Amino acid sequence: MQSVSGGTTPRSASSVGTTSASAIEARGLVKTYPASGKTRVRALDGLTLSVRRGSIFALVGPNGAGKTTTVKILTTLATPDEGAAAIEGIDVIAAPGRARRVIGVVGQRSGADQAATGRENLILQGHLYGLPTKAAKARADELLDRFQLTEAGGRFVRTYSGGMQRRLDVALGLVHKPRVLFLDEPTTGLDPESRAAMWDEITGLATGDEVTVLLTTHYLDEADKLAGSLAIVDKGRVVAEGEPDRLKNELGAESLDEVYLHYAGRRYSDATRVTEVAGR
Amino acid sequence: MTAIDYPARTPLAPASGVLSDTWYLTGRKLRALARQPMVLAMGVIQPVIWLFLFGEMFHKIIDIPGFGFQGSYLAYLIPGIVAMNAMSGNMWAGMAMIEEIDRGTLNRFLVTPASRLAIMNASVVEQAVSTTIQTLIIVLLGYAGGARYPGGALGIVILVIASVEVGVLWGALSNMTGMLVQVREAIIGVYTFFMLPLMFLSSAFIQPGFLPGWMQAIASRNPLNWEVQIGRSALSADPDWAAIALRAGGLLALAVIAVAISVTTFRKYARNV
Repeated sequence: MQSVSGGTTPRSASSVGTTSASAIEARGLVKTYPASGKTRVRALDGLTLSVRRGSIFALVGPNGAGKTTTVKILTTLATPDEGAAAIEGIDVIAAPGRARRVIGVVGQRSGADQAATGRENLILQGHLYGLPTKAAKARADELLDRFQLTEAGGRFVRTYSGGMQRRLDVALGLVHKPRVLFLDEPTTGLDPESRAAMWDEITGLATGDEVTVLLTTHYLDEADKLAGSLAIVDKGRVVAEGEPDRLKNELGAESLDEVYLHYAGRRYSDATRVTEVAGR
Repeated sequence: MTAIDYPARTPLAPASGVLSDTWYLTGRKLRALARQPMVLAMGVIQPVIWLFLFGEMFHKIIDIPGFGFQGSYLAYLIPGIVAMNAMSGNMWAGMAMIEEIDRGTLNRFLVTPASRLAIMNASVVEQAVSTTIQTLIIVLLGYAGGARYPGGALGIVILVIASVEVGVLWGALSNMTGMLVQVREAIIGVYTFFMLPLMFLSSAFIQPGFLPGWMQAIASRNPLNWEVQIGRSALSADPDWAAIALRAGGLLALAVIAVAISVTTFRKYARNV
């Protein structure tokens, strides 16, 4: 963690090391959003995390814990009030343009153009990363094939099933072969079958493609199954971080639910019912 | 991993990025437009109803001594109806913007290295293209209804340019409202509120000489009225080129300012989604 400098100044761009084994580093992230009146909601309250290169890392926590805000900052969509963050040694606050070249992002909401075909979506995405037309088309076909969308590639996205749309979303995030992939609630709303398929796909990304994956989820079992390492986020802070088994063994816990109860002081199922206004 | 050559876009050459990104993002919008041509046609319907209803209802107005217009009242109405369409058609731009925010499409573009300016450019070009097509539809329908254009092809080109200026101005304002409030109803409210007063405080329906003094004073400062006057003069047998150039320049300046403000709003929005 030493390579991210500056605890409090958001624009501290200096000395973010590239030799570190971390693909993602965030230190002391603070983010507030205006709420009713003059008060501000503290969506992030000094969040710090570090993700090892080539691993699958899960951010878990109830709605409003700060997962999405963290992803927004790490993917250059928002700037923190305080703190520093780097992707592959690139300071995301000082050099968002460079950071965008190495990250792929699959948002919570699809983002695919419903009025275009799957293939057109992928080709445009390639163009936006600077691929010439021929290469963009080749890459689109390659990804359609990989995600079993070749037949559907010529159809409008609005005709896709939920599972197909999610696969296209992941394909869109991979067009430029990113080194770090962000998946914001990749399986929310999917049927069990599509969910299992998505799990296989995510595992394959880390092992086959050597992509570092950061995913957010509010399913503890998903994090337990997929992630080599996870961070439990509560009220804008990381309350526990480490390998799922180590976290459980340390406490002699049977499940991550018990780990959550220990660190957050309440049951996960209770926490998920609490809806906080923490950013959009 | 297969080897695909990924050309690095250096910060030293941002211009090529803006242009190519504008090209590809505009292509996306125009493809959607071409697939649903009915959307464009539906948009013209209401202005065209005004054209024919007003044209018929008040066709004798042209005979009032001092009206001073060579041609039918239908022909007189054309520039105003074109302005009305340019306004009503593009006030929905902000709704499309909200739609793309809600769907996550905008965020998907914002996490790529795509030029922010290009994202807004695509919207402006789309507005220009759809306004051009709709203006030509109105001109053709007017012709079918008996309106004649002594100004010829050049006059029609000038009318199209003026309508595009109004469309881009209005579209930029709508986009800005969309990003700022992100509430669809607000856009509908604001723009329908302004539409009719701006139409009636102009020479769209009647020669400015017949308007009361206070209305004339407002009309001369009403950008919508500039478009009407540009179009009417350009379509006439004897255009006043100096006045056309002045008003077209004024409209262009306003459109540029509106686009600049909407781009600034967008950049601010994109820094903290």
